[in-house]
Amino acid sequence: MRYIAYFAIGVFFGIIMFKSEAASWFRIYEMFQFGSFHMYGIIGSALALGVIGVQFIKRKNVQPLNGGTMNLQPKNKGITRYLLGGILFGLGWALAGACPGPMYVLAGAGYASILIVILGAIVGTFLYGLLRDKLPH
Amino acid sequence: MHLITEPWPWYVAGPLIAIVMFTLLLIGKKFGMSSNLRTVCAAAGGGKAASFFDFNWREDRWNLMVVFGAVVGGYIASHFMGDTTVFIHPDVAAQLSQDYGIHSAGEAYLPTEIFSTERLSNPLNVLLLLVGGILVGFGARYAGGCTSGHAISGLSNLQIPSLIAVIGFFIGGLTMVHFIFPLIF
Repeated sequence: MRYIAYFAIGVFFGIIMFKSEAASWFRIYEMFQFGSFHMYGIIGSALALGVIGVQFIKRKNVQPLNGGTMNLQPKNKGITRYLLGGILFGLGWALAGACPGPMYVLAGAGYASILIVILGAIVGTFLYGLLRDKLPH
Repeated sequence: MHLITEPWPWYVAGPLIAIVMFTLLLIGKKFGMSSNLRTVCAAAGGGKAASFFDFNWREDRWNLMVVFGAVVGGYIASHFMGDTTVFIHPDVAAQLSQDYGIHSAGEAYLPTEIFSTERLSNPLNVLLLLVGGILVGFGARYAGGCTSGHAISGLSNLQIPSLIAVIGFFIGGLTMVHFIFPLIF
C-alpha cells in the first residue's frame, strides 16, 4: 500500500516536471542565459511555499501521519563539499540539460539517449563513493 | 482540456512541486531525487567496493518506487497530455542556432542535435552525455543533494549549506553555458 503511494507521488512529480518543461534541455539552457523567468519562477514559487510550509510544520510541531519525526534535520555545516560538489553538479546539469529527477522522466518519455546520462549519473555516484575519503569535505 | 495540454506555467508547476515535497514529509520521507542513485549502487553490490554503499539499501526502496513513478509520469505526460514542443525565448533560440548549430528550439522537447537516437552513433556526442551524467551523479553526492534536495528541500528549511550548494550549481551551470559550450559546440 505504501509503495503505491510512493509510486503515485512519482507519477505526479514526473508529469509536473515534463509539463512544466523543467525536464527540457532548452529550458535549462535558457535559464543559464537568463532568457526567461520560467525556471526561476518554478523554483522560486516552490521555495516560497516551501519556506512557509516548513515554518508552519516546525511551529505547530506537525508530525508525519505514520509516526516518527519529520525529515527536517539540519545539514552538516561546511563549505567545501557544498561549493565544489555544487559546481560539479552545475556543470553536468547545464551540459546534460537535466538534473536527476527529469532524467527518469525523460527515460519514460522515450528518449533513449538519456539512458547514457543516467548510466553516467550512476557511475558518477559510484566514483564519489570510491573517492569520498580522499576528497576535502 | 486546455489546462492539461498546454505547457504548465511556472505558477502552477512551482506550487505543485511544493505539494510533492510536503506529501513526502507527511509520510515520513523527504524530497530528493538523487539519493536513489546511491541506493542503486548499493543494491548492485557497491558495498564491497566502498563503505559509502555499505548500508541497508532495502530501507531506501521507497525512493526507487518514486523513480519508477517518475518514469511512468514522463510516459503519460509525453504521450497523452498534448504537444511536447518547447518554445524558449526567440533570442536564446536564435543564439543557439547561430553559435552552436542547434536549430531544434521551437521544434522539439530536447535538442535533436544532441538527443536524437541517430546521434548515438557519434562517439563525441555519447561522451558528452556520459560526462554530463557523471558530473551530475558525482556532484550531487559530493554536495549531498541535487536541485530537489538542496534548492527546494534544503532552502525551504533555510539551510545555509543548501544555499552554498545552490550558488555552486549556478557557478557550474553558468561556467558550462558561457565558457565551455563555446569550446565544445
